[in-house]
Amino acid sequence: MANFDQELDATGLNCPLPILRAKKALADMQSGQVLHIIATDPGSVKDFDAFAKQTGNELLESKEEGGKFYFLLKKA
Amino acid sequence: MSDEKKLAIIATKGTLDWGYPPFILASTAAALGYQTQIFFTFYGLQLLRRKINVKVSPLGNPGMPMPMGMDKWFPVLGTAIPGMEAMMTAMMKAKMKKKGVASLEELRELCLEADVKMIACQMTVDLFDMNPSDFIDGIEYGGAAMFFEFAGESDITLFV
Repeated sequence: MANFDQELDATGLNCPLPILRAKKALADMQSGQVLHIIATDPGSVKDFDAFAKQTGNELLESKEEGGKFYFLLKKA
Repeated sequence: MSDEKKLAIIATKGTLDWGYPPFILASTAAALGYQTQIFFTFYGLQLLRRKINVKVSPLGNPGMPMPMGMDKWFPVLGTAIPGMEAMMTAMMKAKMKKKGVASLEELRELCLEADVKMIACQMTVDLFDMNPSDFIDGIEYGGAAMFFEFAGESDITLFV
Protein backbone atom coordinates (compact mmCIF):
# COMPACT_ATOMS: atom_id res chain seq x y z
CA MET A 1 0.00 0.00 0.00
CA ALA A 2 1.35 3.33 -1.04
CA ASN A 3 1.60 6.15 1.45
CA PHE A 4 -1.22 8.55 1.97
CA ASP A 5 -1.91 11.59 4.11
CA GLN A 6 -5.58 11.18 4.78
CA GLU A 7 -8.17 8.44 4.57
CA LEU A 8 -11.83 8.58 3.63
CA ASP A 9 -14.13 5.69 4.40
CA ALA A 10 -16.97 5.89 1.87
CA THR A 11 -18.11 2.30 2.31
CA GLY A 12 -21.86 1.80 2.17
CA LEU A 13 -22.34 5.14 0.41
CA ASN A 14 -23.86 5.34 -3.02
CA CYS A 15 -23.49 7.76 -5.93
CA PRO A 16 -22.76 10.66 -5.74
CA LEU A 17 -21.75 10.64 -2.07
CA PRO A 18 -18.26 9.07 -2.42
CA ILE A 19 -17.30 11.80 -4.90
CA LEU A 20 -18.82 14.58 -2.81
CA ARG A 21 -17.09 13.36 0.37
CA ALA A 22 -13.80 13.04 -1.49
CA LYS A 23 -14.12 16.57 -2.83
CA LYS A 24 -14.75 17.82 0.70
CA ALA A 25 -11.78 15.91 2.10
CA LEU A 26 -9.49 17.25 -0.63
CA ALA A 27 -10.56 20.80 0.15
CA ASP A 28 -8.91 20.53 3.57
CA MET A 29 -5.67 19.08 2.19
CA GLN A 30 -2.52 20.62 0.77
CA SER A 31 -1.47 20.38 -2.85
CA GLY A 32 0.54 17.20 -3.40
CA GLN A 33 -1.02 15.34 -0.48
CA VAL A 34 -2.64 11.99 -1.13
CA LEU A 35 -6.15 10.91 -0.15
CA HIS A 36 -6.94 7.24 0.30
CA ILE A 37 -10.58 6.37 -0.38
CA ILE A 38 -12.36 3.13 0.40
CA ALA A 39 -15.72 2.57 -1.31
CA THR A 40 -18.21 -0.21 -1.98
CA ASP A 41 -20.15 1.48 -4.80
CA PRO A 42 -19.08 -0.26 -8.06
CA GLY A 43 -19.92 2.93 -9.94
CA SER A 44 -17.20 4.75 -8.02
CA VAL A 45 -14.50 3.16 -10.20
CA LYS A 46 -15.47 5.08 -13.31
CA ASP A 47 -16.63 8.06 -11.27
CA PHE A 48 -13.25 8.61 -9.59
CA ASP A 49 -11.55 8.21 -12.94
CA ALA A 50 -13.82 10.90 -14.39
CA PHE A 51 -13.47 13.06 -11.28
CA ALA A 52 -9.67 12.98 -11.58
CA LYS A 53 -9.73 13.85 -15.28
CA GLN A 54 -12.04 16.80 -14.78
CA THR A 55 -10.56 18.26 -11.63
CA GLY A 56 -6.88 17.73 -12.33
CA ASN A 57 -6.37 15.74 -9.14
CA GLU A 58 -4.29 12.73 -10.10
CA LEU A 59 -5.66 9.22 -9.61
CA LEU A 60 -2.51 7.35 -8.55
CA GLU A 61 -4.20 4.05 -7.95
CA SER A 62 -7.57 2.37 -8.42
CA LYS A 63 -8.06 -1.23 -7.40
CA GLU A 64 -10.60 -3.74 -6.21
CA GLU A 65 -9.98 -6.17 -3.40
CA GLY A 66 -12.51 -8.39 -1.71
CA GLY A 67 -15.52 -6.51 -2.97
CA LYS A 68 -14.17 -3.13 -1.95
CA PHE A 69 -12.69 -0.41 -4.10
CA TYR A 70 -9.58 1.52 -3.15
CA PHE A 71 -8.41 4.78 -4.65
CA LEU A 72 -5.42 7.03 -4.17
CA LEU A 73 -6.02 10.63 -5.22
CA LYS A 74 -3.24 13.18 -5.25
CA LYS A 75 -4.42 16.72 -4.76
CA ALA A 76 -3.47 19.06 -7.60
CA MET B 1 -16.40 36.21 -17.32
CA SER B 2 -14.53 33.31 -15.77
CA ASP B 3 -13.52 30.20 -17.66
CA GLU B 4 -15.35 28.11 -15.08
CA LYS B 5 -17.84 25.69 -16.63
CA LYS B 6 -21.48 26.34 -15.94
CA LEU B 7 -24.53 24.10 -15.49
CA ALA B 8 -28.10 25.36 -15.43
CA ILE B 9 -30.95 23.07 -14.37
CA ILE B 10 -34.70 23.61 -14.38
CA ALA B 11 -36.45 21.44 -11.77
CA THR B 12 -40.17 21.06 -12.43
CA LYS B 13 -41.16 17.86 -10.63
CA GLY B 14 -42.25 17.38 -7.06
CA THR B 15 -41.95 13.65 -6.52
CA LEU B 16 -39.42 11.61 -4.59
CA ASP B 17 -37.93 9.99 -7.68
CA TRP B 18 -37.84 13.13 -9.81
CA GLY B 19 -36.38 15.14 -6.96
CA TYR B 20 -33.10 13.27 -7.17
CA PRO B 21 -31.71 14.19 -10.62
CA PRO B 22 -31.47 17.96 -10.00
CA PHE B 23 -29.71 17.57 -6.65
CA ILE B 24 -27.45 14.69 -7.68
CA LEU B 25 -26.35 16.43 -10.87
CA ALA B 26 -25.96 19.83 -9.25
CA SER B 27 -23.91 18.58 -6.29
CA THR B 28 -21.71 16.45 -8.51
CA ALA B 29 -21.19 19.25 -11.02
CA ALA B 30 -20.22 21.58 -8.18
CA ALA B 31 -17.69 18.98 -6.98
CA LEU B 32 -16.26 18.89 -10.50
CA GLY B 33 -15.85 22.64 -10.49
CA TYR B 34 -18.96 23.74 -12.32
CA GLN B 35 -20.70 26.91 -11.30
CA THR B 36 -24.23 25.59 -10.90
CA GLN B 37 -27.71 27.04 -10.71
CA ILE B 38 -31.12 25.36 -10.30
CA PHE B 39 -34.33 27.11 -11.22
CA PHE B 40 -37.30 25.55 -9.37
CA THR B 41 -40.66 26.00 -10.98
CA PHE B 42 -44.13 24.53 -10.60
CA TYR B 43 -44.03 21.27 -8.60
CA GLY B 44 -40.26 21.51 -8.36
CA LEU B 45 -40.80 24.13 -5.67
CA GLN B 46 -41.71 21.30 -3.28
CA LEU B 47 -38.00 20.53 -3.23
CA LEU B 48 -37.28 23.89 -1.60
CA ARG B 49 -39.50 23.35 1.43
CA ARG B 50 -37.70 23.19 4.75
CA LYS B 51 -39.09 19.72 5.28
CA ILE B 52 -39.29 18.01 1.94
CA ASN B 53 -42.51 16.01 1.84
CA VAL B 54 -42.60 14.35 -1.56
CA LYS B 55 -43.83 10.92 -2.56
CA VAL B 56 -43.35 8.42 -5.30
CA SER B 57 -46.44 7.13 -7.05
CA PRO B 58 -46.80 3.67 -8.59
CA LEU B 59 -49.89 4.99 -10.42
CA GLY B 60 -49.28 5.34 -14.13
CA ASN B 61 -45.66 4.33 -13.59
CA PRO B 62 -45.23 0.97 -15.35
CA GLY B 63 -41.45 1.14 -15.10
CA MET B 64 -41.44 1.19 -11.32
CA PRO B 65 -40.00 -2.00 -9.85
CA MET B 66 -42.40 -3.35 -7.25
CA PRO B 67 -41.27 -5.55 -4.36
CA MET B 68 -42.33 -9.17 -3.98
CA GLY B 69 -43.54 -9.43 -7.56
CA MET B 70 -46.41 -7.11 -6.76
CA ASP B 71 -46.35 -5.76 -10.29
CA LYS B 72 -47.29 -9.24 -11.52
CA TRP B 73 -50.41 -9.80 -9.46
CA PHE B 74 -51.43 -6.19 -8.90
CA PRO B 75 -53.61 -4.80 -11.70
CA VAL B 76 -52.84 -1.26 -12.83
CA LEU B 77 -55.90 0.00 -10.98
CA GLY B 78 -54.58 -1.58 -7.81
CA THR B 79 -51.92 1.10 -7.70
CA ALA B 80 -54.72 3.63 -7.19
CA ILE B 81 -55.81 2.03 -3.90
CA PRO B 82 -55.69 4.52 -1.02
CA GLY B 83 -52.52 4.12 0.98
CA MET B 84 -50.61 2.61 -1.92
CA GLU B 85 -48.64 5.79 -2.55
CA ALA B 86 -47.69 6.19 1.09
CA MET B 87 -46.64 2.55 1.27
CA MET B 88 -44.52 2.69 -1.88
CA THR B 89 -42.92 5.93 -0.68
CA ALA B 90 -42.03 4.39 2.67
CA MET B 91 -40.62 1.31 0.96
CA MET B 92 -38.58 3.36 -1.50
CA LYS B 93 -37.14 5.52 1.28
CA ALA B 94 -36.23 2.45 3.33
CA LYS B 95 -34.54 0.89 0.31
CA MET B 96 -32.59 4.07 -0.42
CA LYS B 97 -31.38 4.25 3.16
CA LYS B 98 -30.30 0.62 3.10
CA LYS B 99 -28.37 1.12 -0.15
CA GLY B 100 -26.58 4.23 1.07
CA VAL B 101 -28.40 6.64 -1.21
CA ALA B 102 -28.50 10.11 0.33
CA SER B 103 -31.79 11.71 1.31
CA LEU B 104 -33.04 14.66 -0.74
CA GLU B 105 -32.42 16.96 2.24
CA GLU B 106 -28.85 15.73 2.53
CA LEU B 107 -28.13 16.24 -1.16
CA ARG B 108 -29.73 19.66 -1.07
CA GLU B 109 -27.56 20.61 1.89
CA LEU B 110 -24.46 19.44 0.00
CA CYS B 111 -25.56 21.58 -2.95
CA LEU B 112 -25.91 24.65 -0.75
CA GLU B 113 -22.53 24.00 0.87
CA ALA B 114 -21.01 23.85 -2.61
CA ASP B 115 -22.57 27.21 -3.49
CA VAL B 116 -25.15 25.87 -5.90
CA LYS B 117 -27.48 28.80 -6.48
CA MET B 118 -31.17 27.98 -6.08
CA ILE B 119 -33.86 30.14 -7.56
CA ALA B 120 -37.57 29.82 -6.82
CA CYS B 121 -39.93 30.79 -9.61
CA GLN B 122 -41.75 33.87 -8.32
CA MET B 123 -44.71 33.30 -10.62
CA THR B 124 -45.34 29.79 -9.25
CA VAL B 125 -44.98 30.99 -5.66
CA ASP B 126 -47.71 33.55 -6.36
CA LEU B 127 -49.83 31.14 -8.41
CA PHE B 128 -50.06 28.52 -5.68
CA ASP B 129 -50.11 31.07 -2.84
CA MET B 130 -46.98 29.50 -1.41
CA ASN B 131 -45.43 31.03 1.67
CA PRO B 132 -41.75 31.97 1.29
CA SER B 133 -41.28 31.25 5.00
CA ASP B 134 -41.91 27.56 4.20
CA PHE B 135 -38.81 27.53 2.03
CA ILE B 136 -35.20 27.08 3.09
CA ASP B 137 -32.96 30.09 3.58
CA GLY B 138 -30.39 31.15 1.04
CA ILE B 139 -32.55 30.92 -2.06
CA GLU B 140 -33.43 33.68 -4.48
CA TYR B 141 -36.65 34.49 -6.24
CA GLY B 142 -36.81 35.29 -9.92
CA GLY B 143 -38.33 34.73 -13.30
CA ALA B 144 -37.54 33.30 -16.70
CA ALA B 145 -35.33 36.22 -17.69
CA MET B 146 -33.21 35.66 -14.59
CA PHE B 147 -32.80 32.01 -15.56
CA PHE B 148 -31.62 32.94 -19.05
CA GLU B 149 -29.09 35.38 -17.70
CA PHE B 150 -27.20 32.37 -16.35
CA ALA B 151 -28.39 29.68 -18.79
CA GLY B 152 -27.35 31.79 -21.74
CA GLU B 153 -23.73 31.47 -20.80
CA SER B 154 -23.94 27.91 -19.49
CA ASP B 155 -22.17 24.91 -21.02
CA ILE B 156 -24.99 22.54 -20.08
CA THR B 157 -28.67 23.22 -19.56
CA LEU B 158 -31.02 20.51 -18.31
CA PHE B 159 -34.77 20.41 -17.92
CA VAL B 160 -35.92 17.94 -15.28
